[in-house]
Amino acid sequence: MTFEKFLFYVFSAILVFAATMVITRRNPVHSALFLVLAFFTSSILWMLLEAEFLAIVLVLVYVGAVMVLFLFVVMMLDIDQAAMRAGFIKMLPVGLLVAGIMAVEMFLVVGPKYFGLDKYAMPAPHPADYSNTEELGNVLYTIYMYPVEIASVILLVGIIAAIGLTLRRRPDNKRIDPALQVQVKKGPDRIRVVKMPAEKKMEAK
Amino acid sequence: MDAFLDILWILIKIVAIVLPLMLCVAYYTLAERKVISYMQVRIGPNRVGPRGSLQPIADAVKLMFKEIILPTNANKTLFILAPMLSIGPALAAWAVFPFSEDLVLADINAGLLYLLALTSVGVYGVIIAGWASNSKYAFLSAIRCGAQIVAYEIAMGFALVVVLIAAGSLNLGDIVQAQAGSWGFLNWFWIPLLPIFVIYFVSGVAETNRAPFDVAEGESEIVAGFHVEYSGMTFAVFFLAEYANMILISALTAIMFMGGWLSPFHGIPLLGTLFDLVPGFIWLLLKTLVVAFLFLWFRATFPRYRYDQIMRLGWKVFIPITIVWIVLAGFFVAV
Repeated sequence: MTFEKFLFYVFSAILVFAATMVITRRNPVHSALFLVLAFFTSSILWMLLEAEFLAIVLVLVYVGAVMVLFLFVVMMLDIDQAAMRAGFIKMLPVGLLVAGIMAVEMFLVVGPKYFGLDKYAMPAPHPADYSNTEELGNVLYTIYMYPVEIASVILLVGIIAAIGLTLRRRPDNKRIDPALQVQVKKGPDRIRVVKMPAEKKMEAK
Repeated sequence: MDAFLDILWILIKIVAIVLPLMLCVAYYTLAERKVISYMQVRIGPNRVGPRGSLQPIADAVKLMFKEIILPTNANKTLFILAPMLSIGPALAAWAVFPFSEDLVLADINAGLLYLLALTSVGVYGVIIAGWASNSKYAFLSAIRCGAQIVAYEIAMGFALVVVLIAAGSLNLGDIVQAQAGSWGFLNWFWIPLLPIFVIYFVSGVAETNRAPFDVAEGESEIVAGFHVEYSGMTFAVFFLAEYANMILISALTAIMFMGGWLSPFHGIPLLGTLFDLVPGFIWLLLKTLVVAFLFLWFRATFPRYRYDQIMRLGWKVFIPITIVWIVLAGFFVAV
């Protein structure tokens, strides 16, 4: 067994363990953290496939951004565990049925008869100066130019829609406008001199 | 057997990087206290060793022998795990850092991307610490800190994209080489990318939760921040992580915008040939120290930002400017 193969089995075992923990832990924060571990190990598996760009971007995007926001929400939740567990036995047959169908379907599509060394030749390892990033860039911005551009426009529309849905001005909101704040003049804007009649001095008794 | 020797050799190299780094962190804390003292017309630590020079050692010994208190309602595993998660990325980032032309632990193609990924992972230590402590103050601070880091990470990432467009490479060594030229320090990226240089450094200050962006440790509002419940060595590890991150940001600023190990006088007659004899590592060290000093200077000078202003600066000022500069840089590179 080569060293790479050994690493593959070690990290695959960690990945499967982490993925199981995600769905079995009672505490949602623990589940989210095990999901982070799962992302990390799968990124290492991609690294073993010499896809270093995808591996690092997986960590950057999913671990560094998506899961942080996820964790934020999960931490502030107050989930009633008992209510979540209720009806587990009743739902179990349906769940097992769906899981079984999905497993069979996946086996049909990605079964061993489509893969293996007799179907595809063993890919030769790339030399040390091979840049996965450059290869990917060359392909993405030439052959797959339109799909990339269309996907990015769809994402942009998604961003605008998300902001548009949450953007609302409440009338009682005392928000501060920095543009107005910096325009304040030294004289009349800051101090208001109020004229008042002079008060009478108290007479000593 | 060969594989084993390789791993041993790599381990030796890692120790050779981490040990001096830890020493630097220890003395950076002393430098901070001294520099701020002199700026505030005080003397600062002056009891342990000559002129207080052994103060960090005394602090380290004290923290090591203090009891680690586990709060009763804390989540024990995560409580202990959090400091480790915060120092891990801070140290791992140094793996791709080029100390001179050929002195780098892992000379990988996607070095910049790796750095970006690791700095984004650093936020977990803080968030988990805040949650696992089971304390209101720690949790509030973790949320403040998390939101701030996520916001400034984007500006920082975009600033690095501009650098990568200008240099045409993700490899840190190649980025330094792209700044070499016959004009000495006028060739470095800080002139063509001046706004990006400023944005990168200010985002770096915000990313490390340093003054004036240190709302995560607002003493007057939330006691001490996400590490209120930590004591002894667990607290010290958070401290080490913060200072290691500051040194990392300083060193990266030196690499990305100030020519890394290049001599500033290269190409200037007489002066250039004289200073080319100085080893590149010395130049890198000097540049890093200058930027690291700025961190301390900021802390002694600026009052703390208000939280909504921090968010406004990150999202509404820095990110739009960096996006404009990405377009501009792309245009200039293409022409």
